[in-house]
This record gives sequence, C-alpha cells and structure tokens, in this order.
Amino acid sequence: MLTVSVSPHIKSGESVEKIMWTVVVCLLPPLILSVFIFGVQTLIISAVSVASCVAAEAVSQKLLHRPITIKDGSAVITGLLMAYVIPPGVPCWIPILGAVMAIYVAKHLLGGIGFNIFNPALIGRAFLMATFPVAMTSAWLPPIRDAAVFKYMGSGIDAVSTATPLYVLKHYGIGALMEKFGSMSAIYSDFLVGWRPGCIGETSALLLLLGGLFLIYKRYITWHIPVSVIVSVAFFTWVFGGEKFFTGNPLLAILSGGVFLGAFFMATDYVTSPSQAPAKLIFGAGIGALTVLIRLKGGYPEGVCYAILLMNPLVPALEGWFRPKRFAPQKGA
Amino acid sequence: MNDLLLTFPKGGVHPPERKDLTEHSAVEPLPIPEEVEILLNQHFGAPCNPLVKKKDQVAEGDAVGEVDKGLGATIHASVTGSVKGVGLSAHPIAVKAPSILIQTDPSAEPREWQPSDWKGLSREELLRRIKNAGIVGIGGAGFPTHVKLSPPPDAKVDTLILNGAECEPYLTTDHRLMLEHAEKIVEGAKIILTVLGIKDCRIGIEANKLDAIEAMKTACGKASPNGFNVTVVPLKVKYPQGSEKQLIQSITGRRVPGFGLPFDVGVIVQNVGTTKAIHDAVVLQKPLYEKVVTVSGRGIARPANLMVRIGTRISDIASYLGGTLPGLAKVVLGGPMMGFAVSTLDIPVTKTTSGILFLTEDEIDARPYGQCIRCGWCLDACPMGLLPNEIGVYVEAGHAGDTSQFGVFECFECGCCAYACPAKRPLVQFIRLAKMKAKK
Repeated sequence: MLTVSVSPHIKSGESVEKIMWTVVVCLLPPLILSVFIFGVQTLIISAVSVASCVAAEAVSQKLLHRPITIKDGSAVITGLLMAYVIPPGVPCWIPILGAVMAIYVAKHLLGGIGFNIFNPALIGRAFLMATFPVAMTSAWLPPIRDAAVFKYMGSGIDAVSTATPLYVLKHYGIGALMEKFGSMSAIYSDFLVGWRPGCIGETSALLLLLGGLFLIYKRYITWHIPVSVIVSVAFFTWVFGGEKFFTGNPLLAILSGGVFLGAFFMATDYVTSPSQAPAKLIFGAGIGALTVLIRLKGGYPEGVCYAILLMNPLVPALEGWFRPKRFAPQKGA
Repeated sequence: MNDLLLTFPKGGVHPPERKDLTEHSAVEPLPIPEEVEILLNQHFGAPCNPLVKKKDQVAEGDAVGEVDKGLGATIHASVTGSVKGVGLSAHPIAVKAPSILIQTDPSAEPREWQPSDWKGLSREELLRRIKNAGIVGIGGAGFPTHVKLSPPPDAKVDTLILNGAECEPYLTTDHRLMLEHAEKIVEGAKIILTVLGIKDCRIGIEANKLDAIEAMKTACGKASPNGFNVTVVPLKVKYPQGSEKQLIQSITGRRVPGFGLPFDVGVIVQNVGTTKAIHDAVVLQKPLYEKVVTVSGRGIARPANLMVRIGTRISDIASYLGGTLPGLAKVVLGGPMMGFAVSTLDIPVTKTTSGILFLTEDEIDARPYGQCIRCGWCLDACPMGLLPNEIGVYVEAGHAGDTSQFGVFECFECGCCAYACPAKRPLVQFIRLAKMKAKK
C-alpha cells in the first residue's frame, strides 16, 4: 500500500511535542532551585498544579469531544507556569482551582490550543488573586538561608508574614531593602541567583535567563519579546521610578518580581503573542510599560502578570497591522 | 561561505538534501523496455492528437502526437516498434490520460543523430527546430519552450538565466548534466541568446554542487566568446532557490510582479536540462524522447541517475534497479517538496519527470496533524510573504472561498510552510482547496 498525499512529502523534524517538552525542560532548573530556597512545598505545589492542569485538559477535551492531547506537553507548561507565579506558602490545593479556570475556561472553552486569547496560566493566577487575595498576596516565605533576616524584616509590617522586595520597595523604600540585604551589591547578586522572597519560580533571574537563551538558541522563540520587555521595564523605571525623573534603578527593577519569567516564558507564548518582529517589539514594550505603571501607581507591588494579560487581546490587532510583506501582491487583491 | 552568496531575501527552508544517494553516480542508460506508454499530455496546454493508429510502425524520434491549435508541444516515439494501441494510461497528475502504447522492436538499430553547425541559421529556423523537437520546460512545469522563447515584441528582455539551482532534495539530474555535458549546456545557452537577440546569460547554481560550478565555469571559459557574456553565479543553498521568481530575485534583484511573467522584468529563465535538450534539438535535430531521471530514496535497492526513454513505466525502472525495499511507504514523481505521490508503479515517465523517489517510513512524516499553535513559522518560511496559517484556519472552518484576501493565487505551492509547521498541518492541501473554492 502506497501512501498518497499532497506535497511536501518530507517535513522538518520539529513538532509541537518537541517544542513544548523543551520548554518544560528549560523551566525545571528554577523549580529545583526553589526547593533549596523555599523548601519542598514548592515541588508539591508545582506537582499539584501540573497534575491538575493535565487532568483538566483531559477532562475538558473529553467533555468537548475533542482529541485528547495531554501528551503534547502544553498543559504541563501551563501547570508549571501557574505554579511559578504563586507564592510558596499557599495551601497546596489552591492550584487545582486555578487549573480549572486556566485550562477549561481560558483555553478549551475558547477553542483549545491556538484559539485562546489570554495566556491560560496567567488567567489561572488572576483568578486565584481574585478568589484568594489574602493567601495570594501574603503567603510569602523567606529564603531558608536567610530565614532570620527576613522574618525580622517582616516584623515591622506584619508579625507573621514576610514581604517581597517589591512590596518593601513600594512601601518602605530602598533603604529598608538595603538594611535587610546589607549592600546594593548583595541585593543584585542575591536577586540574580534567586535568594529572595517571591513566587515559586520567578526568583532566579539567572536560571530563567539561561533557559530563555536556550530557547532562543533552538529558535523556538526569538529575542524580540524578552529583550523589549526587559528594556522597557528598565527604561520606564529609570525615567519614572525615582524621586525625580531619570533617577530610578533599572537593574533592581528587572531583577525583581516576575520580569524574567514573564519576558522569556509567558510573553513568548505562541498563541497569545504576535509573530512578526515589529509587532513583537511593540508587544514587549507595552508589557514593560504597563508593568512599571502597575508597580508605581497600581495597588499591587508587581504588575507583570496583568501587563501581559492586558497586552494579550491586542495580539490579533498587532498581527493585522504587521503582516509579512507580500512578494508580489496581485492588483486589486 | 554560504551566507555570503546571492539569495532571495524572504522565507525559504533548509530541508535535508539527501543528494549523496546519487550525486556521484554517472548517468547510465536504462535498457530499452519491452513496451512504452507515451502520454499525450506531457506539457502545459492541450493534449496532443495521436498521429498514429494501431499496428503502425514507428521509428525512434518519429512524431506520434501533435497539437493543432493552442499551447502544446509535439510528442515523439521514444523507441522503434509497432503501435499496440491508442488508449488511456495512468497519469501522474491527471489520473487517466490518452496515450500511445508502443511495442519495442528488439532488433532495431539505435537511431543516430548527426551534429551540424547551427551558426548562421535564422531565428525562425532555430525556433522551428525547437518546436519540432517537442521541447518543453523539463524542470517540472512543462511549458512549451518555443512559446517561452517568443516573448511579445514590447517585452525588453536583456538577461537569460539558466536554472541549475536544483534546490529540491534528492534530485541530481541537473547536477549530473552540468558535470557531464557542461559544454553542450553552454552551447544551448548561446542558441537561446541568439533566438532572443541578447548577449547576457547567468547560470545560477546552488553552492552544494561545487564540482558542477567548476565544470560550468570551465565550459563558459572555453566557449568562444562571440560577444556573448555567459557567467556562472553560485547561489546560497536554500529551498526554493530554483523557483523562477526567487531565482530571478537572487540573481538580478528584480521582482516579478503579481500575475506577471519573467519577461516583465526583462528575464527569461530556462532549466539547464531544457537547455541541453535545446542544444540537441538544434545541433542534432534530435527530438526530446529521452531524459535523465534521478531514481532515489531509501526504498529502492540501487539509487541511480538514469537516461530513460519517455514512456518507460516506473515499474520497469524499479525492477532494473533491483526492486523496491521493505518499508517503502510513498512513491513520488519529482522532488519531495513539490512532487506528486502516486498510488501505482504502472505510470510512465513523461518529459517533466525529473525524479522518481521511493521513500520509506522514516523519510516521510506521516504523523497526524493538530491545531495551529500560531508559532508563525510558516510566515517565516513562506517566500511569497503569505499567511498559510490564516488560510489553513479559514479552510478548516469551512471558509475556503473567503481566502482571496490572503492572496492564495500568489502561492506556487513550494511547500515551505507545511515543511516548517510543527503541528504537521497540510497547509499546501488547505491552500489548494482554497484556490479551488475561490475560483468558483
């Protein structure tokens, strides 16, 4: 029996599975590090999040009579990313609810992979922020290494909880932060490696950068979105982030919060980001600007999640405005 | 070095070349088969009318089919023998097509074609010889060459481009022709230049054929100048470098407009194989009834480059090369990017068959396709700047007829989008469907 089908008869070795599982592998180092920073509960929360996202995908596809595609790794990524933007001290059942929202509502009710408007993991997080605001904004854990320092730091604000650097910055200023870490250089090096309070997978800028660079090397993502997000956060913080104009600290801004996680792994989600280089630059710049706006003027200390969610619905318009240049458009068409 | 060479700016892919299977095999003649099936439509245009009937005796090179009006090219007997019948045969594209079945006379002597000097012949005589020899673009399109070489008088053609890119994986026919018949190809180029009344010819060759580049350079140097300017242009290895519009852009920087033809930008493109056939038609007055075919893939016992009589069945070629191997999954006429998959080996070779590929499971990718993940890789791959992803989504949603806004008719089905797609979506198939619906 000979197969007969339309050309081409050979295909590149790439596949959706290969891309997705490569992203999963690139996301693992920050998770492993988080166990050393915050303890084994980061692993438990992530496992629950991944398992519930995969289960939600299977059930959603079953209910909607679609082929079950849990092996493609896309729900695993959603599960990991959602866990990475959750504080490490939340009850471990919390991601289950987020998974239903992320996978069933934000992904499959909108048509499944390729048709969702918003990044599912971030919708999951936004839903959890709205339903469990206390847990999601206060369940921070101090890095184990510096437990004493961070517990002390928290004591002036709230006797029980610790606080993220962005929270401290927003409410107490750079002096308070410096007091806890010792010096600016200690802040930079600890932030780069990941020894700071924060969400499970967002603290290690270095490991996220290495994972992101590998994805760029594999040509699974391009540099445009990550670079424009990071440059834009740095720029707008520098301009508006200080006492006076042009006195903000851009380096601290990009190493804090979820900038690297968002820039390399969330804003680059194929489905919810534009495909053409100029559109990517605008998309990333918009995320950076909105992040800084939320950080400086909004109610939350961190804004990457909402900045990406706010830029997501602009993607169809960006795709329409920036199309590839046609080689030879026919007259009248 | 590859990055410094001339190329087209937008799109393209780098499929595995797999030319090593046959690139070092010299062209060998296939023994004349017991019978040949000569299809009557082997070209772009109307099918030929048969000039012979059952039991007629025909000699190698006799005309057996002709077009009385409209676009077309004469078809010749490829063997000496008797006509067994005029009927229908399996056709690589049209499924069934009229054909002439000839029983070979095994005792017949091969016909000799004597060279004669063509210089001094009029343009009309050169064109007449090309037309009589039934020359068509044998690179794949099958456009009648005498028509292509008669551009409208207002077209200001200044450059002839010979297409030796051979960008399709596996295929090595043009490569071997350039190695083995470099001087004839350069001579053919001069004939075309004479017909067109111009001086400049560029021979575009992908840089994965360095020996062919050298051979052609030597031939260009040896040929007496006569005021002609024939030069070799090494090109970057990138599919579809040999596509007419891309090749013109790579070499001249000119861009053929939508619905336009190469002569709109002052260029005529001929494949090197066609140029060799033009040489034979003019110098030897030999009709086009045999051609070089690359038989390759991991599904054939002995891959080879064969000189094949037109009308030879693929099954005869396969058995000459030791038969097919287990694991054979697909048989493709042409290259793997744009060729046609066939369901049977009882299909005859035509003037435009450049390759016969016997592909195994591990060479093709038959994985089922999924939903579009909007990675945009097809947009990066498309040399025409189209939106294969959008067209595919429209077609799947039942809106194939609403895709003309996406310029579906600019697509020449090179297959880069479907090759690059990680979701394995059959984008070329979607686009073909879109074209069919949009026409109605």
